[in-house]
Amino acid sequence: MASTLVRLPPEQAARALDHYREAVGARRARVVLGVVLLAGAIVLAGIGGEVDIEKFLANSHRLPAYVWNLTPPLALATLGSDLAEWFWNLDGWLLLLGDTLLIAYLGTLLGAVGAFVLCFAASANLEKRLWLRFAARRLLEFCRTVPELVFALLFVMAFGLGALPGVLALAIHTMGALGKLFAEVVENIDMKPVEGAVATGAGRLTSIRFAVLPQVLSNFASYALLRFEINVRSAAVMGFVGAGGIGTDLMVAIRKFYYTDVSAMLLLIIATVMIIDLATEQLRHRLIGLEQRP
Amino acid sequence: MSPLRRIAVANADALRARHSDLFDGVLARRLTAIAVVVVLAALAALAVWRLDVSLARFGSGLVQIANIVGAMFPPTPGTHLVVFLHALAETLAIAFLGTLIAAAIAFPLGLLAAKNVIPNVFAHFAVRRLLDTVRGVDVLIWALIFINVVGLGPFAGILAIAASDTGSFGKLFSEAIENADRKPVEGVVAAGGSALHAVRYGLVPQVVPVIASQVLYYFESNTRSATIIGIVGAGGIGLHLAEQIRVLEWGQVAFLVLLILVTVAVIDWVSGRLRFAIIGRSTVGAG
Repeated sequence: MASTLVRLPPEQAARALDHYREAVGARRARVVLGVVLLAGAIVLAGIGGEVDIEKFLANSHRLPAYVWNLTPPLALATLGSDLAEWFWNLDGWLLLLGDTLLIAYLGTLLGAVGAFVLCFAASANLEKRLWLRFAARRLLEFCRTVPELVFALLFVMAFGLGALPGVLALAIHTMGALGKLFAEVVENIDMKPVEGAVATGAGRLTSIRFAVLPQVLSNFASYALLRFEINVRSAAVMGFVGAGGIGTDLMVAIRKFYYTDVSAMLLLIIATVMIIDLATEQLRHRLIGLEQRP
Repeated sequence: MSPLRRIAVANADALRARHSDLFDGVLARRLTAIAVVVVLAALAALAVWRLDVSLARFGSGLVQIANIVGAMFPPTPGTHLVVFLHALAETLAIAFLGTLIAAAIAFPLGLLAAKNVIPNVFAHFAVRRLLDTVRGVDVLIWALIFINVVGLGPFAGILAIAASDTGSFGKLFSEAIENADRKPVEGVVAAGGSALHAVRYGLVPQVVPVIASQVLYYFESNTRSATIIGIVGAGGIGLHLAEQIRVLEWGQVAFLVLLILVTVAVIDWVSGRLRFAIIGRSTVGAG
């Protein structure tokens, strides 16, 4: 096959080239402007963040050294006893991890109950009173915008050290986050069953129970499980401010340079988080399957 | 009772017979629901017992909370306004640089973890597990570790956010790259472009808008993270917040919380606009 390249007449080619330059030039100018702005922001942030490249380079060998210190001395010949020494406090740590899971569970449960109560007031299709909807939405927004660790710090001052402030901090944050998601689910329901229930004389509670709940419950459960996953991670660090769980021991180990303890606890936390992720994913897939069957 | 309902109740038996498929499963469904609730409640009871949550403690704590909230008004910066604003700037700098460094590190890792760029199963499996592990460690734990490495201060915070986001970005970027359309790449190759040309002109224009929008979204969420890593000593406004809480200066605590809320709202708004602009432009370009 002979290739046939059609050459444009010179003045037409010149015009096309001009158009091309114009189009590309404008975009290129925008990209250059963006890069300059970004570079300026980096320099400003570098000054604000006290970035010291020299100091970093001088100390950068410490990070690999730190990671190296985290790995315990394991020899193949004495693997069993080495592992036993590495995880010397396995029972205690597992108990703390169990507490961490319970904190996450209780926080998620309380938060989900709170979100459930508030979400109907925050959704536009079920709540016609503007002031109530506005108030419910602002309350949920406040609860999810304040970081849970700030709540934990406050609650530790009010309730004393222990798991209770951690549970409450997680519950409040969960209520804010889930309340918004729940309300969005409720706003997307099919309104016909609600109208049917109202037409047969159902009150507000009855129509929610029989017309709204069957449509939203599986979604609610799925979101709550997702939140539980997130809360397990958060509960693991609640101990940093004294709000229970494995975090307190982990912080002490990091601060006191008990390297092998740090790696042992981190491994346990990562393994727990992965197991929880897998389990909740399975459950959520089943829930979604339930929803599609009818 | 409405007329419709009265008729329905009167004909309950006939309705039951006609729609037996709807009425039959009721008992089983109800039992399942009760079982689920019982299990949830039992777990909650176990948690309450294990975690030593008592009503008395809860009650006295609530009284304390009421006192604290009362003491929070009016919110006041006290004599620390300049210090607080400086810490706020530091917080934004930590979030910004941390996100940017994470994106810079994660982009090549994302290419390595993408099946359509590196067909080697072991390579992308290894990279993905590494990213999972990095992501499994909370940003606060990274902060504590980096404090040990580079000392107290905002730099440790930047590195902590960079480390924890590298894991998330690597995963997201690799997914974005895997979802890219193959046709532009094939087109560039067919027109005689090299592998590098194919990535630059076939792949990058497709993934950059997606990646930029994800980076902006993480900048938003990192602004929140950066406000709390100061609590463990890694710079930013969290340090002052923790300090003011410990010395019971509730007016200043309220001021700091409000400052954080306003900042987060502003950053959300700005980045939302930017993200919309980026995504909007890419769909216009595609159409």
